[in-house]
Formats: sequence, structure tokens, C-alpha cells
Amino acid sequence: MDLISLLLEPLGYDFMVRAILTTALAAIVCAVLSCWLVLIGWSLMGDAVSHAVLPGVVLAYIVGAPFALGALVFALIAVTLIGVVRNTSRVKEDAAIGIVFTSLFALGLVLISVTPSQTDLNHIIFGNLLGVSIPDLIQVLVLGVVAFAILILKRRDLTLYAFDPTHAHAIGLSPKRLGALLLGLLALTSVVALQTVGVVLVVAMLIIPGATAYLLTDRFSRMLVIAPVISATCSIAGIYFSYYLDTASGAMVVLTQGAVFAVVYLFSPRQGLIGTRLAKARRRKAAALAV
Amino acid sequence: MIAHATPRPATAEPAALHPAILVDNVTVHYGEVLALDGASLSLDHARICGLIGMNGSGKSTLFKAIMGMIKPDAGRVLINGAPPAKARKEGGIGYVPQSEDVDWQFPLSVRDVVMMGRYGHQGFTRRPSKADRAAVDDALERVELSEFANRQIGQLSGGQKKRAFVARGIAQGATMMLLDEPFAGVDKRSEATITRLLRELASDGCTILISTHDLHALPHLCDEAVLLMRKVLMHGDPEVVLQPENLAMAFGLDVLNRSGAGHHPAARHAGPSAGTAAGSSAGTERRN
Repeated sequence: MDLISLLLEPLGYDFMVRAILTTALAAIVCAVLSCWLVLIGWSLMGDAVSHAVLPGVVLAYIVGAPFALGALVFALIAVTLIGVVRNTSRVKEDAAIGIVFTSLFALGLVLISVTPSQTDLNHIIFGNLLGVSIPDLIQVLVLGVVAFAILILKRRDLTLYAFDPTHAHAIGLSPKRLGALLLGLLALTSVVALQTVGVVLVVAMLIIPGATAYLLTDRFSRMLVIAPVISATCSIAGIYFSYYLDTASGAMVVLTQGAVFAVVYLFSPRQGLIGTRLAKARRRKAAALAV
Repeated sequence: MIAHATPRPATAEPAALHPAILVDNVTVHYGEVLALDGASLSLDHARICGLIGMNGSGKSTLFKAIMGMIKPDAGRVLINGAPPAKARKEGGIGYVPQSEDVDWQFPLSVRDVVMMGRYGHQGFTRRPSKADRAAVDDALERVELSEFANRQIGQLSGGQKKRAFVARGIAQGATMMLLDEPFAGVDKRSEATITRLLRELASDGCTILISTHDLHALPHLCDEAVLLMRKVLMHGDPEVVLQPENLAMAFGLDVLNRSGAGHHPAARHAGPSAGTAAGSSAGTERRN
């Protein structure tokens, strides 16, 4: 079988086409957001919010409300609780995050166990890429486009917030409001990605692409292009791998992203472990020849 | 006051009637800790004022109060006679952060950072206009960083980094600049360049407040100096404020014991007693 037919064969199935579309979309939105998360140092916050939305999604399912609404409410609850525990006790922030998100995640699991239609909800935890329905796809499309549009339109303000919130304040902007905007978008994006890789692995999509792009460039504007391109490519490749190797699709997507990060980490010409050493050796050789 | 009243650009209300910065009996607590205790300070337009005090004396808190980042428990801050929020909205306040407060690995170029000074003048998405680009180019030229405009900010020297942030304030059109430890980690030549630059800005009408450990540079740079120890102990001519017996009030009595008669050695010793890297470098390197 040649390469073209290898690539085309899965596309003969509607569910594969839907899986690829959903994943690519989620991958792009998550990757754009991840650029800010890795620079502010909010990776753990991304982990927390993406887990903490679970009870919100389950409750929304029970009452028949949109998933995104439930997720947003619980993202807000999580962030508030983390702030309260950190500010009003001697517990440090990482511990506060750990306590709050695991508790909320556990609450979500408990809710799932008492809610009748269990098969559906278990998919929220590990994702159900191959079972994406048309309405699912539409939801991901709408939420994804909204999150993406806000991120891109407000990218300069968000970058200012990440880089120098004091200056943002000094010129009359509100760092608090910008931080809240970013958290809201984080909640929204988590919902987008739930469908594809599930609650547990969303955080990978929210960290790895930004971190990979950060190792490849010194310009934020370029990170915003590199991260989604890498992420979408990896995600689609991951789906193909899972199709041919018959492995869990969401996990395969994350594994591919992780593998690409490892390659970049080792070989990036500017920041890579091996790349920089090779460059140093070349310079030394050139210097020796010049003498 | 009257001497400064004439050359201000026309505004609806002549700003020079009010001091550029008025800190009136400001008290700030962080939980149980008292950071500022009835601090009062009035600074005229187009003056350069050095703010001296050891760590924990409330220098950063005073900056935050002036920018309106913290609400004082008591007292008030007025900028050109109005609450700080108005000056912020007008883009009047430029801020040059301490080096430790900046992520130098952040993937931004020098030009990107200076452009952030223009955000207050721009629309919803902060898309730069021709005028914005021109203002950034001018500001870069002014601080002599044009050739480094496309460098990532971490790849500048200590002095160039400071100038990049000063350029951001210039591009912003700030009429008041707050500089937090601008000479920490800066070599002597850059220090002279920055001093010259700040004097130029002041002669254009910019009011400048500098917190510093570098007592040696103070008389060349500043028109006046303030000794801070949770409250303003002294405000006056730098030469007078730097007298050893006055420094002793802010830095502790050991300054007097170690320094002897001359006045410059006193300045040298005051730095290390403040207990920071900036202070000790001021003590060891500036003995000409």
C-alpha cells in the first residue's frame, strides 16, 4: 500500500473524518492558548481548571444545559477556591491548586457514578474521539471559533498581561480583568478539548504545543503560528497512528505531541540540548581553523 | 512653585498649579505589617527626585500607591491634582521595573516592548498605526537602541535593558516616570548614558522619581532626594540628604561608626548596610 492510499483509507469512514476535524480544531485552539499559559507559568492552573470542570459538565448533562456553561461555572468556582485557600491560610499555591482540583474532579467522578447514562459520561474522562457526533462537532466548532477569535483579537493585551502586568495597570488597563479573561478562555477551551482527549489529557494539549514553540523561536508572534501548526499536525498524525496501530486515539494524540516535544527539546537549533552543543562544537572547530 | 509654572503644555486646567505628585499622609498595611506610616511627599513638575531607603523601607509600596495599585489605609495620592486613575488613563505614568521583576526570557523583541507603551493610545486590538510605529522608532533613537530594535530583550546588556524600558515610557508620552532601582546591574558607562537621558527628559518637562541604592550617582542625577523609612524622614537637596548623620537615620547608626569625617565615604558605606547586591556593588566599584 502506498502512502497516498494509507492516508486516504481512514477518510472513507465518516467517523474518522469527524474525529480528524474535531481534533484539529481543538488542537489549534488549545495550542494558541498554551502560548500564554507556558509563559505566565500557569501550566498547573491549566491542569486544575481542565479537571475541575468535570462536575460542571456532568451537572449540565443532568439538567440538559450546555456543557460549556457548566464548565465555565466550575472553572470559576475552582479558581475562586484556589485563591481563597491560598490567601487565607498558610497553604501555598501549588498545594491549594492540588487540593481544589482533585476534590472537584472526584466530585465529578462521584456524580458520574450516580448518573444513569454512564457510558456517555465516561467518555468525558478519557475522550471519545471516534464517537464524535455531528452535534458534538458543531459544539466544538462554535466554542472553538469563539475562543480562538477572542484570543487572537486580544492577543496583544494578553501578552502585555503575561509580560508586565504592572505596566498594564500603569497605562490604565486592568490586569485583573485580563487575567479573568484568560481564565475564562481556559475554561472554554477545556470544554472544546474534552471531547477529543478527555479531561485527564486536556492539560497536555494546553501545555505541550506552547512549550514546544517556545523552544523554537524568540518571537511571541511566531509562537502563535508554530504552536497550532505543530499541534494540529501531531494530532492528525496521532489519529492515523491510532487507526493503524489500533490504540486509544486520545492518548495517541498526546503521545505524538510529547514525542515531537522530545525531538525539539533535543535538536532545536537555539535551545535544544544537542542542537546547541553541535553549534558550539562547530564554532570551536571554525575558530581552530581560523587560527 | 512659580518658577515651574510657565513652560507647561496647555491643558484645560494648568497642571502646574498642582504638584506633579502629592503623597498626603499615606499609610499602608500588608496584613499585620506596616509598610508606610503617614508618608507625605510633594514633588514639583520636571524635577528628578531620588528615593533612598533600605529594603523594607516602603519604596516599592510608595511606587504602588502612586500608581494606584494599592489603596492606602489612610491618606491620599494626587497626580497633577487628580486621583492616579486619571493620570493612568491619560497615559501619563511611565514605569521602569526592577530587573528581577522582568522575565528576560520572554519571547519579545526590544521593539515589541517599546510598542507596549503605545497600547493606551490604540484601539480594541492594539493594532499599531503609522504614528505608533513612528513614536516607537523615535523613542528607540532617543535611547540609542535603534540598531538593537529586533533583538530579544534578554540579549541586551544591563544598561540597554533599562533604556529599552525608558524608551517604552517615552513612546507612551509619559509626563511622569517611576524607575525602580535603575542602576542595579548597570555598568558605569551605561549609568552615565541613563543619567544624561533622564536629565534630558526632565528638561522636557517629565517628572522623574527614582528609587535607588546608588548613593554615589545621586548628586549628579537628582535635583532633590527623599529619605524614606516607612515615612519621609527628610526631603531636600541631595548633598544635604546624603550627609552621614542624615543617612544614619534611614540606614542605621553603623554608617556613622564606620565612616569617619568625609562625606563621600559615608555614601559608600551606606550602600552595603542596606544589604543588597546593588548596594555592595555601589560600595566596591565606585571609588574614583
